[in-house]
Amino acid sequence: MNVISLTASRDLDFIARVEKESGQKVSLCYQCGNCTAGCPYTFVYDIPVHQVMRLLQAGQKQTLLSCRSIWLCATCQSCTTRCPNNIDVAHVMDTLRHMARREGQDTEYGVKSFVDSFLESVEKNGRAFEMGLLVSFIMKTGRFWTDVDLAPKILPKGKLSPLPHKVKNPAAIAKIFERFRQEGHK
Amino acid sequence: MSTRLRYAYYPGCSGLGTSKEYDTSTRAVCQALGMELVDIPDWSCCGSSPAHTVDHRLSSALAGRNLALAEMLEDVRAIITPCPSCLTNLKTAAVRIRKPEFAAEVNRLLDKPVRNTLPVKSVLQAIIEDVGVDAVRPKVFKWLTGLKLAPYYGCIMNRPPEIMEFDDHENPVAMDQLMEAVGAEPVAFPLKVECCGASYGVARRDIVQTLSGKLLDMAALNGADAMVTACPLCQMNLDLRQDQINSANKTSHNMPVFYFTQLLGLALGIGEKDLGLSKLCVSPKALLDSLEARAERKAG
Ligand code: SF4
Ligand code: SF4
Repeated sequence: MNVISLTASRDLDFIARVEKESGQKVSLCYQCGNCTAGCPYTFVYDIPVHQVMRLLQAGQKQTLLSCRSIWLCATCQSCTTRCPNNIDVAHVMDTLRHMARREGQDTEYGVKSFVDSFLESVEKNGRAFEMGLLVSFIMKTGRFWTDVDLAPKILPKGKLSPLPHKVKNPAAIAKIFERFRQEGHK
Repeated sequence: MSTRLRYAYYPGCSGLGTSKEYDTSTRAVCQALGMELVDIPDWSCCGSSPAHTVDHRLSSALAGRNLALAEMLEDVRAIITPCPSCLTNLKTAAVRIRKPEFAAEVNRLLDKPVRNTLPVKSVLQAIIEDVGVDAVRPKVFKWLTGLKLAPYYGCIMNRPPEIMEFDDHENPVAMDQLMEAVGAEPVAFPLKVECCGASYGVARRDIVQTLSGKLLDMAALNGADAMVTACPLCQMNLDLRQDQINSANKTSHNMPVFYFTQLLGLALGIGEKDLGLSKLCVSPKALLDSLEARAERKAG
């Protein structure tokens, strides 16, 4: 069992920031475990979601921002829907991932690369371009054999376009990203 | 609000690619049911789940651009989309933008501010609420009698209920009702709202193999001939990845995974070109042929 010295490691500022950014009151969690019971991702998590909530109450910033669970949460909304205290737990998970990203922490390399490839595609074309997205993911991660077995299944169906379906004015969407960066959101 | 069934339609990026047949069958079914779809002019990506994992303002701005464009269309009663992931983004943005401070932050990123004047619904919700199951029945051209289906809604079509505001969040029934209306038989399917593995197929295939594997196992166990879905990502995980799932889990599923609009379209007599049944990876041909044979035997 891990023993945490709260006087030494409790980061009150971190708790306040998560509460502010997620709009959720972390202290409401009474550890019933409903969120974890319904979470389909517990089998790949290093910290189950009710423990994420507990560690959050204890202000354990470093442990949380470096855990894998926050990258693997699929935002399936089971926890949020079933929490008896109406905590939007999925929003808390999202918020922790935003913070980890801003601090340059990334424990699930492939997941972050996928997200980045997706958004780059949207920034460039205005729409997600599936083929380009896969190629960009492979370039980022060096995983050359990603889904190569699916090619003979999907290519003859004529569903994967080799060229992006751009919007008429991709610059309008690129501008959203540009302004977002300029605002330097913290 | 308009009395006509005229909608601002948001096709979503996958409708241009991996879920083409969902888009074409949706358009054809809506037309057959008297719903007029007007594509949102120059719509762009709603941000899907990647955007909200980076920042909620960015995500709401990407979705919000489309809400603002839809608001320019005249005489439409709602924005509708076939894809639950797009639906979640559009609806979540619309709900969050009700807060003026958040709206101000989002509008700063946009050329044209969102006014939030139109309701956002899934195509499924619009069919159920605005057309109605009873209006579908008299239009049936071919009954899907004897077709046993596991209705799979996916995790976010109905959750969280405060945002999605449609059907039941633990046991949704909209697709069950529509399939029953055209003569098919929904089987019990307790995993209706469980996650299929979402977009982790590429980065962590093991996750999809486990979660979608469970769905296929449960559908087979409960005697389904096929699964029926309303989500491009769920459909792709279950259909395109079925062989990957089979080899990882040592199973031998050969379970067709339809979009509900394909089956509805089949019953309404819509042609093969729009339904795109040949675009499914697990071929439904043998199943549909045996259904015909069953129906003929019954008639003869
Ligand atoms: S369901 Fe809610 S109250 Fe229960 S452990 Fe999870 S977050 Fe805490
Ligand atoms: S939203 Fe995330 S943490 Fe919550 S149940 Fe789903 S996968 Fe688990």
